[in-house]
Amino acid sequence: MGSIKDKVAIIGMGCSQFGERWDTGMSDLAIEASSEAFKDAGVGPEDIEACFFSTVYAPMGGTGSSAAADALKLRDIPIIRNENWCTSGHIALFEACMAVASGMYDVVMALGVEKLKDTGYAGLGMGRGMNPVLEARRTAPGSFALIAKRYFEKYGLSNEEGKELIGRIAVKNHDNGSRAPKAHFHNKVPLEKVLAAPVIAWPLGLFDCCGNSDGAACAIVTRADMAKNFRDDPIYLKGVGVAMDSTMPHLRPNFDWIHFGALMNSSKKAYEMAGITNPREELDLAEVHDCFTITELAIYENFGFSKPGGAIEDIRSGFFEIGGGLPVNIDGGLKCFGHPIGASGLRMTYEIYKQLQQKVDNPERQVKNPRLGLSHTFGGPPQISAVAILGNEKG
Amino acid sequence: MAGIFTAAAHIPYLKIERKTIGGAWERGAQKGCRSVAGSDEDSLTMAAEAAGAALEAGGREKVQALYFASTTAPYREKAAAAMLATVLDLGGNMETLDLGNSLRSGLGALKLALDTAGDGKVLVASGEKRIGYPRSDQEQLFGDAGAAVLVGGGDAPVAYLGGYAVTDEITDVWRTQEDTYVQSWEGRFVTGEGYLRVTAQAVKGLMSQMGLKPEDIAKAIIPAPDPRSGMGILKKTGLSQAGEAVDSQLEQVGFCGAAHPLVMLAAVLEQAQPGEKILVAAYGDGAQALLFEVKSAPALPAVSVAQQLAKRGELKSYARFLSFNGLVEPQPGEPFRLVPSATVTWRERDSLLRCRGSKCQVCGTAAFPIQRICDHCRSMDQFDTVRLSSMTGEVFTFSRDNLAGRPDDPVIVQTVVQMENGARFYGLMTDADPNQVDLGMPVKLTLRRMHDLGGFHNYFWKCRPVR
Repeated sequence: MGSIKDKVAIIGMGCSQFGERWDTGMSDLAIEASSEAFKDAGVGPEDIEACFFSTVYAPMGGTGSSAAADALKLRDIPIIRNENWCTSGHIALFEACMAVASGMYDVVMALGVEKLKDTGYAGLGMGRGMNPVLEARRTAPGSFALIAKRYFEKYGLSNEEGKELIGRIAVKNHDNGSRAPKAHFHNKVPLEKVLAAPVIAWPLGLFDCCGNSDGAACAIVTRADMAKNFRDDPIYLKGVGVAMDSTMPHLRPNFDWIHFGALMNSSKKAYEMAGITNPREELDLAEVHDCFTITELAIYENFGFSKPGGAIEDIRSGFFEIGGGLPVNIDGGLKCFGHPIGASGLRMTYEIYKQLQQKVDNPERQVKNPRLGLSHTFGGPPQISAVAILGNEKG
Repeated sequence: MAGIFTAAAHIPYLKIERKTIGGAWERGAQKGCRSVAGSDEDSLTMAAEAAGAALEAGGREKVQALYFASTTAPYREKAAAAMLATVLDLGGNMETLDLGNSLRSGLGALKLALDTAGDGKVLVASGEKRIGYPRSDQEQLFGDAGAAVLVGGGDAPVAYLGGYAVTDEITDVWRTQEDTYVQSWEGRFVTGEGYLRVTAQAVKGLMSQMGLKPEDIAKAIIPAPDPRSGMGILKKTGLSQAGEAVDSQLEQVGFCGAAHPLVMLAAVLEQAQPGEKILVAAYGDGAQALLFEVKSAPALPAVSVAQQLAKRGELKSYARFLSFNGLVEPQPGEPFRLVPSATVTWRERDSLLRCRGSKCQVCGTAAFPIQRICDHCRSMDQFDTVRLSSMTGEVFTFSRDNLAGRPDDPVIVQTVVQMENGARFYGLMTDADPNQVDLGMPVKLTLRRMHDLGGFHNYFWKCRPVR
């Protein structure tokens, strides 16, 4: 496999306010995120040669790419929509990077938008329409919670110990979200409150589950050799890794619901391209897919942030907290920033981008002198993963 | 001479105390409890459970016909017997027939099977879920259950000796095409001129025809709509002793309509001793009585009626009881993102209905549902199909989702099951206390009604704890 390390740069990004945006439609969200990105990059819609657009529900299947054209009045250029569940935003970024790396385009846009709060329902619904019965009454929390019991069993945690361990991730992400103005939730929660909250899908309680939010995020991408024509501090793509897999992991007799091939392989590819051999030491921060607290825990180990079983000690010692060895989800993560599905990959990349430029909207959560950051989304049932590693210097 | 190889009953996991029902109406209650079909059970699924157990005990080879009997079949037009033959994974080259509209249809189907079995086997399956008016006695007295009897010629251990039938037109108990609830005329007329008079005529007719005295009969199975009529018919026929020899445990189930004589027969055969003569009767616009003799111990299902009765969950809410019967409409839950499709269900029937998975001929990897390309070695179209519904498995991992279920049955246990052939079943658990689920728990697969979408019933398999 080849490499596009340092061949592509992000020269502008935008991110809408996340939350329950009752008075804001899908087009408004797209305008909010893209306007900020245009201003940040110093370009306008007339400069965009292609748009890579991600949305999952929006408002339903069969809408093609026209929602982006309708909102932004993009015309006469390719607009390519992708739907890859929670990784959709990252896939839009991946497509944008490939498009400029190929030399075909100079300036392209990746845009992720999701308007979830127009359905009248608090959740995402059940099943995915792939079969009349196979996914009956299968929800995201119920599916990801399957990881928990296997992890607890493997490392000898009682149900209470396990719940407390993942509860600490919720406490951390809520603490982080309190310093992120654009996040859906800003409330800090103590561990006792996390543990006493109503159960959604045992062992996951209310605070173990991410927000169901409206939001949009946008990136303007160009060739690395052109980036300084637009700004002094472009952010370079160091590595990408995408691994998709069957959504039926039970077909694999040895699948243990703790080790996910998609997670391990997507991160491995991204590390190799970026030249990272020890992510725990070399990364300065990471935004990973904490749709549920147990998911974030599994990612620590599958990504090599922690050794197998080592996440337990790393969580208890605060290694992933702000000021710790590797801050993870420093903007509150999906947990508090919110999870508008098709926008999330680009929102997480936005945080890394701003951190690397040291231009975070609230200086209280700015990491000191970061060089390398990772963003990641994970969808499914958990078998589809995308990773992007960004840096603020070439080489 | 034709006879019975085995019989099996399915008593639903759920029961409701009759005082819970009576209490909801601030009125008295009959003694004990009744069975309640779960929110995912109907007459077909209950029959399927029993029929699966009967086939496992009595052998599935040479089954040439399947008769399904019920007054509460899931469809007015569409054969339940054909669906049953499919979910039991029987061959296509066989006769299937639905019998209905009469509480005699269960025993009538058994008689038809005995008359037609020849050298092969005939499977008789019945399931019943009748609904009594809210606040009625029937609401407390009815029960839901399934039963199956495997019949054949030759050396069947329980020999059929003869039968006697009476036809007697009477409008005593009925449901029109439009009725949800069982209707009935004045009680004294129904019991006196209907049930007691006509049932006695059939039972006495059989005994006279066979030259039998009451003491010749070891066990008398005479289902009754209520306990008082049950005692009355035994007294009237002189069979009190033979009737009392039948374990009264089914009082804890309730009267299961067309399925009831077969449910009782399954319970009686579990205790049968060689040499015993067993009389079975059923009433409904006439009556029928059949006589059997136990030649040798019949094959028994893996789980007895007593074991099923010992392991039940209690439905404590009358509101949920009403909702399970479709009589109230609770607040809707989250929407489905499932697309109902008769085409998909038909095309994928080997997996979805026959419960067959694949086993790779090259590397041996087992999978469910059937995969054309092996996930392990990627061999294409080189697999054998394997029936998972006959196997047991163990819970590999699970979660308890509090929001995914029906509003009247909200908790969903998502489960990954390690089947004994190495395949994994990923689906829902039923018939369990969600708080008792744990890793390694032994389970079986069971056909259930998943949801009604597209204007038809969507059936698929779930796992349930081994009872």
